[in-house]
Amino acid sequence: MTARVLIHVAAKAQRGEVIEIKTLIAHPMESGFRVGTNGNPIPRDIITLFTCRYNGDEIFRAEFSSAIAANPFLSFFTTARDSGTLEFHWSGDNGFAATESTDITIE
Amino acid sequence: MSADPAPLRAGRRSFLIQSGQLAAGAALVCLLPASPGRASPQASQELIRSIVGDASLQPGRVNLDVPPLVENGNTVPLTVSVDSPMTEADHVKAIHIVNEKNPQPHVISVTLGRQAGKAQLATRIKLADSQRITAIAEFNDGSFWSGSADVVVTLAACVEDLK
Repeated sequence: MTARVLIHVAAKAQRGEVIEIKTLIAHPMESGFRVGTNGNPIPRDIITLFTCRYNGDEIFRAEFSSAIAANPFLSFFTTARDSGTLEFHWSGDNGFAATESTDITIE
Repeated sequence: MSADPAPLRAGRRSFLIQSGQLAAGAALVCLLPASPGRASPQASQELIRSIVGDASLQPGRVNLDVPPLVENGNTVPLTVSVDSPMTEADHVKAIHIVNEKNPQPHVISVTLGRQAGKAQLATRIKLADSQRITAIAEFNDGSFWSGSADVVVTLAACVEDLK
């Protein structure tokens, strides 16, 4: 099953411009601290790591704990250098993995 | 007319007291499952110590933007911006966010690239109680700076939503 992902980055940018990258992924982020109706704890199921690569170079990395809200949203910045690909990767509990990429053109 | 109202009154009074105690006891039982091993300010201090190591943590340069009053602790928008020119000589390497009263003190740690251009991060977090949140920025020269914000939470995360 692939998770639904939303990426928001300007498709075109000037060289040297600082651009904002916004990402959102559909995920319950079950903290592992809640209790179900039968009194059993609900096991933890969260995303633990997010990375963003720009033409292969890692430009951003985030390590999540249980305290990140469901459907994790992130906004961060980078400097536009060359035209190419931004690649996003999420991984977490129970073998969760999702990859998404978007192209950016430098004018 | 031999019926004395006193025993009746006493009975009603003790009944009211007992039922009050029962209600309080029930309320306590309801609250108990919601608080298994909370992070304490000590635990958050220990986590900050493990992030900072032997360096000193100085207040300033970090601006933590969180709404002061939050209705729903399940999604609290949070923005951290660090005062840094983000040049090769002076840039932020990492940002950490720590809380005091969630079950775990750690919230998020991010590593910024050399070309980040702007040391700013936004996300949404869960808060289990009204508390102080601290953001720590690690600079390339090995210094650590921090900023804090107090948040009042009316509806806590983790307590409701029992499926």
